[in-house]
Amino acid sequence: MTEETLGECLSRHGISRRSFLKFCTVTASLMALPPGAAAQMAEALARQRRPSVIWLSFQECTGCTESLTRSYAPSLESLIFDFISLDYHHTLSAAAGHQVEAALDKAIADNHGNYLVIVDGSIPLGAKGAYSTVAGVSNVESLKRVAEGAAAVIAVGTCAAYGGLPMAQPNPTGAVGVSELVKDKPVVNVPGCPPIPEVMTGVLAHFLTFGSLPELDVHGRPLAFFGDSIHNRCYRRPFYDQGKFAKRFDDAGARAGWCLYELGCKGPTTYNACATVKWNQGLTFPIQSGHGCIGCSEPNFWDKGSFYKPLSTAESIAGGGMIAATTVGVALGAGAAWISRKRQDDIVGGK
Amino acid sequence: MDLLTFARGPALQAAFTIFLIGTFWRLLGVLLLRRKLDHSEPRQPALAGAFKGQIAHLWPYQPFASRVMASYLLGYAFHIGLVVVIFFYLPHILFIQDLFGVSWPALPHAVVNAVGGITLMALVALLVKRLMNPVTRLISNFDDYFTWFVTVTPLVTGMLAVAQVGARYETLLALHLLSVALLLIWFPFGKLMHAFFFVAARATTGMIFERRGTHS
Repeated sequence: MTEETLGECLSRHGISRRSFLKFCTVTASLMALPPGAAAQMAEALARQRRPSVIWLSFQECTGCTESLTRSYAPSLESLIFDFISLDYHHTLSAAAGHQVEAALDKAIADNHGNYLVIVDGSIPLGAKGAYSTVAGVSNVESLKRVAEGAAAVIAVGTCAAYGGLPMAQPNPTGAVGVSELVKDKPVVNVPGCPPIPEVMTGVLAHFLTFGSLPELDVHGRPLAFFGDSIHNRCYRRPFYDQGKFAKRFDDAGARAGWCLYELGCKGPTTYNACATVKWNQGLTFPIQSGHGCIGCSEPNFWDKGSFYKPLSTAESIAGGGMIAATTVGVALGAGAAWISRKRQDDIVGGK
Repeated sequence: MDLLTFARGPALQAAFTIFLIGTFWRLLGVLLLRRKLDHSEPRQPALAGAFKGQIAHLWPYQPFASRVMASYLLGYAFHIGLVVVIFFYLPHILFIQDLFGVSWPALPHAVVNAVGGITLMALVALLVKRLMNPVTRLISNFDDYFTWFVTVTPLVTGMLAVAQVGARYETLLALHLLSVALLLIWFPFGKLMHAFFFVAARATTGMIFERRGTHS
């Protein structure tokens, strides 16, 4: 933990008090915190010394880091990385090799029990963890070692939260999410492929302000951002209620911006802040861009059937199986009738 | 595998398999039975009775009308209501279209919701009627009550899912699909088979009466 406070750090970056208060107000309102929370958050964050954060990247595509660092620069969201002392991050570290590993050891030793661990990517358990290693250490060993001295663990992205794409059937590497391995520390899941930057900063701001993690839903996600479905918050919802649906991605309904339910949108079963916070500084989100939600912030979203089949349809009812079932039924019925007739013949000679 | 994935996948697949096996088993098992020979001289050709029988039972027989009319009307209300809800609600049409490749226009959600409410009230009224009357209560068995249950449950869970009341939408949708699976599994083995048998039963009865020269 460095000596400089966040307030001092922001001043050094030329961030005005007004901008900072605006950020706190937006973050507090996004998380549905009480009216006084914005001021409380501003005061607490300004006084807060930068906590040490260790970022572990495992089986991932770096999309989560891209999302969080490429928010519309120079925004306060991107400067969240100045709110924290990011002591270890594969992608962002200037150092490499044994030097960066030494930084990790130092961060663990200096801040034992107080640092935050952010994880992106799933953890492979197959072949004794050999599918993914850093500096010769398997991901599972790294996570156990680093999480042991952590105050809390934040699983960023669906891979870290629930296993994500690497865990999709047949899960060749035996991938799992963080909460499958870390049982004795608070774990917050910030899923999404990738997750929304403001959700990430909201969770960090809450932790720094109140010293605790926000309230979570059944899947370990912050309720403030994952409390309602995409469908319920979607600007196209009125079209669903009116029965106006796009039938194809290029028809008149699609051009008119009608509901994408018939094209397989998973908005009704997906919980995230996409429809409200949106992306690229509130510019748009996938449904607004014309594609249905694929449910990327839900566990096992990759294995829940086609992205393009409506939610109300059945998966995997095979025509061959149904023909076979019909054939069996016909054979059983004919057999039963034949036995009955035969018994009649045996008793009364068919009369 | 979560509950919704299970419901949309293995549960419905198993239910459809059992439904098809059971339905064809019972249909052919009954229809291929040898008919009892009638050695009497027919008063008139029996075949017309097969059609008369279908019509005759659409409305109460006049001498009994006052006693059974309420049951008939409630029966019509929930049968027509079920047809509307099952075949004219958009998500259901998408389900059918996905399976068979055919579709037709849907009714507005508000209309289907209203019809669903009327259907539910008719079904509840019929259950109360069954329980209040000592005779129907005496002759009712497990099949009667369980058939009512598997008919009502998809309706209730479906309406809850639409309204998003009681649980998260994906849970309600999964429960709805599982209740449909239960209905499909029970269908061939209980009184729901009347959906297929009623035509044959009315035809048979009609032909017997026609042959005797009596009213269907």
